[in-house]
Amino acid sequence: MTLARRPMLRGGLSLGALTLLAGCDLSDHDSVQRVLARFSQWNDKVQAAIFGRSRLAPEFPDAMAVKDFRYNAWYGPEKAPRLNSADYRLQLAGRIDNKRPWTIDDLYALPQVSQVTRHVCVEGWSMIGKWSGTPLRSFLERIGADTTARYVGFECADGYYEGIDMPTALHPQTLMAFRLSDEILPQKYGYPFKIRIPTKLGFKNPKFVTAIYVTDKQPRGYWTDRGYNWFSGI
Amino acid sequence: MTPIYDEQRHPLSRRILHWVMALSILIMIGSGWRIYNASPIFAFLTFPEWATLGGDGEASLARHGDPGVATAIAWHFAAMWTLFVAYVLFVVWGIVTGHFRRDFLPVGPRTVTHDMIAALRFRLEHRLGEYNAVQKAAYWGALAAVAVMILSGIAIWKPVQTYPLELMFGGFQGARLVHFLVMAGIVFFLLVHVGLTLIVPRTLLAMVVGRATELRHADASEKLP
Repeated sequence: MTLARRPMLRGGLSLGALTLLAGCDLSDHDSVQRVLARFSQWNDKVQAAIFGRSRLAPEFPDAMAVKDFRYNAWYGPEKAPRLNSADYRLQLAGRIDNKRPWTIDDLYALPQVSQVTRHVCVEGWSMIGKWSGTPLRSFLERIGADTTARYVGFECADGYYEGIDMPTALHPQTLMAFRLSDEILPQKYGYPFKIRIPTKLGFKNPKFVTAIYVTDKQPRGYWTDRGYNWFSGI
Repeated sequence: MTPIYDEQRHPLSRRILHWVMALSILIMIGSGWRIYNASPIFAFLTFPEWATLGGDGEASLARHGDPGVATAIAWHFAAMWTLFVAYVLFVVWGIVTGHFRRDFLPVGPRTVTHDMIAALRFRLEHRLGEYNAVQKAAYWGALAAVAVMILSGIAIWKPVQTYPLELMFGGFQGARLVHFLVMAGIVFFLLVHVGLTLIVPRTLLAMVVGRATELRHADASEKLP
């Protein structure tokens, strides 16, 4: 072995050692996190490019919808916010013509459709449920939202916040879901409504929505601020 | 009698692609185990955190309620690109340069069985630079396994955009199961692959510096008829 080859051998071996150590501490280095964030942004672009604006998520027979849907949040169901139907107002902001706040009665009077679709959690579990509500697209058109803007953002009563790309907001299966399993959305599942997006991972489906805004600035998200991929399409 | 030297050569392109795939696969396995732990397929099986990739889960949980799954997914979805690119180049290179045809063919059930039995009885001669039938079959198996991992991985990543793909695996949860089982197969391959490398360290030398030689053993001329 010549001298010139020794550094390569050493390089190869330390690469192997590096891999073994990776589990211990490399993940939490700022420089590693920055590289991973760059890959995540690249993945946002790839996902936006392959997103089919009219490609529908699979729908299932009513009988396959789970009645006792899994409760999922970072807090227990007893801590889920209780919104009062008399006081509740949905606030509108950003590039929207008519920003009049909406009451629950006004929202629930909107034309509704139903879907039996699959909720896919970022953790890997999935569950089929039946949701009913008004397509977000028709609501955005009704309030005069500028649908040439890039994003739609949501603020929630439990401190959650999310945002989605406009093509997903306009997708025919993206709903403001007022009902789960044919019943008014129960308190712990996000009363008075949740955004149901069968083309996104579960955490991109905010509950207890209190404000909707339309913007060109990418909205932050509760879990994306904690390192999850922003687009998170499925 | 003049001594005969066996020689193993790996061109630079093959070595780079080999190590990029190796590193990517290790990252995919480690981060995949952390992701698996978030929602285990088998109730009796979770992976110890020290064996997984995703940083200090306890600190992450205390900081913002996530046990490092976010970082694990970030690793997984970064390494999938390096693995995909290296794998495609490796396969294209392997076909175009004749590496697969020269070194991994011919291979058939008869020679594999013969060599497997010989290997299990510790009677299989290793000659540097030449693959026995079990090795050839194992390399084909590893290449096929990565292909299945890529396909089942796409089915899990994009179950709506590529819905027909998940049906091939028996649905979304079926794709997760296939992804897990083939991972286990790849881990087994890696254990054997690295184990044999430790027995014959010169093969590692060849994969690092590109060339290794070895004096041929006197009885190594015996070959399968």
